[in-house]
Amino acid sequence: MKSVVQKVVLVLTTLWLSAPYAFAAGGGDVAPIVIVADSRKLTGVMAWWANLYNESHLYFTVLTVILIPIIGVLFGVLADLIMHFVGIDLKSRDLAEH
Amino acid sequence: MDWLYILMPIAGVKIFWPGLIILGIGVGVIGGFFGMGGAWMVTPGLNILGFPMAFAIGTDIAHMAGKSLISTMRHGKFGNVDYKLGLIMVFGTVAGFEIGAQMIMWLERIGIVGPVVRWMYLVLLALIAWMVFHDVAVKRRKEREAALAGKEVDKLATGIEWHKTLHKIKIPPMVHLKVAGIYCSAWLPIAISFFTGWLAGILGIGGGLIRMPSLIYLVGCPTHVAVGTDLFEVMISGLYGAASYTFKGRVELVAAIVMLVGAAMGAQVGSVATKYIKGYGIRIAFGLAVVGCLISVLLKLIPTYFPATYQVTDVMATVLILGLVAAMSVYITVKMVQGAKQEIAAKKGRV
Repeated sequence: MKSVVQKVVLVLTTLWLSAPYAFAAGGGDVAPIVIVADSRKLTGVMAWWANLYNESHLYFTVLTVILIPIIGVLFGVLADLIMHFVGIDLKSRDLAEH
Repeated sequence: MDWLYILMPIAGVKIFWPGLIILGIGVGVIGGFFGMGGAWMVTPGLNILGFPMAFAIGTDIAHMAGKSLISTMRHGKFGNVDYKLGLIMVFGTVAGFEIGAQMIMWLERIGIVGPVVRWMYLVLLALIAWMVFHDVAVKRRKEREAALAGKEVDKLATGIEWHKTLHKIKIPPMVHLKVAGIYCSAWLPIAISFFTGWLAGILGIGGGLIRMPSLIYLVGCPTHVAVGTDLFEVMISGLYGAASYTFKGRVELVAAIVMLVGAAMGAQVGSVATKYIKGYGIRIAFGLAVVGCLISVLLKLIPTYFPATYQVTDVMATVLILGLVAAMSVYITVKMVQGAKQEIAAKKGRV
């Protein structure tokens, strides 16, 4: 069973990694377009952020994926608190029709 | 007026930041209300504000992930989310999304990403608008016929009932989705989620634009459950999409954060508004928003064939899309405030 799972994972990984080549078959060159952030005009956090992008897309991705839900939840909870304070029932809904 | 513009560190373009905030708040309200990321407004909106299309798509998906997380939590508390249905659909959504995202990179390489995305938008929006208004027309006809016969239409009855035909497909495994009140083949939601996931990846949308009506018309969900379950899907595909597009270097986080500040709060307003507006009210408002979006995308396409019209159509598209976001979000917010006032007054009356 374990070996079957390993084989399935291997096949899926190969397919996923080779997908750009398969889809690019009709389009010729498969070399990805590389975008470099111009950090010369930037200072402080913005410059650091642009440099992080240039140095490692992986770290840039990890930080983005962590920051997005945190900021969303933070401001969402703030709105929750305000609506609860106003007196809106945030736990039930009467309507059930289409 | 330089202070009204902010230089985006990755895309390297100067963006009108109040436009980002308006877009964020508006799309948050609309997304929470209709059960979708609202990318069908944001992607062209960001493109209009000056982002290259590939960055517009990635940035939009990144902000959508955070916003839909909040909306899902709210709808979950209202009992609007069928988690079982959502989890079944995850597989199709993720597989479809990755294929779509790879295709957009390929379209970018061969230099036709802009026109292809806009034409696909047009066809899709026209189809959805037709579906919604056809549904409303069929329901009204049924009501008229019932009134003439001296009967009353079941409150749960819908106009279009394609889902009843699809439920006759009995390919195992069969699943019972309790929250949605559906018994069908598991392959039905999987197939729908794969198709909508693919569209999400290629159009840079969470998939809600087509998944929400698909959940209603093809799977057979009640409107509110379709809204909540769809947001659950948008949250997952949004997080996955954010990671995928960021790794490909096509996300401008600064813009996503500016939008998210407004969108996260707007999403709460939109979600709570579904408490006070009936199911068909949501469908009609959704149809109208789709028509507005359709016209704005059409305006963006005209200069491709008539370059002299560029300045006029560009201004018209900008005004239309920002006006549409503002009008819809104001309407939803007003309805929410009115409903909340009545609820609070009723609560005080009981005490």
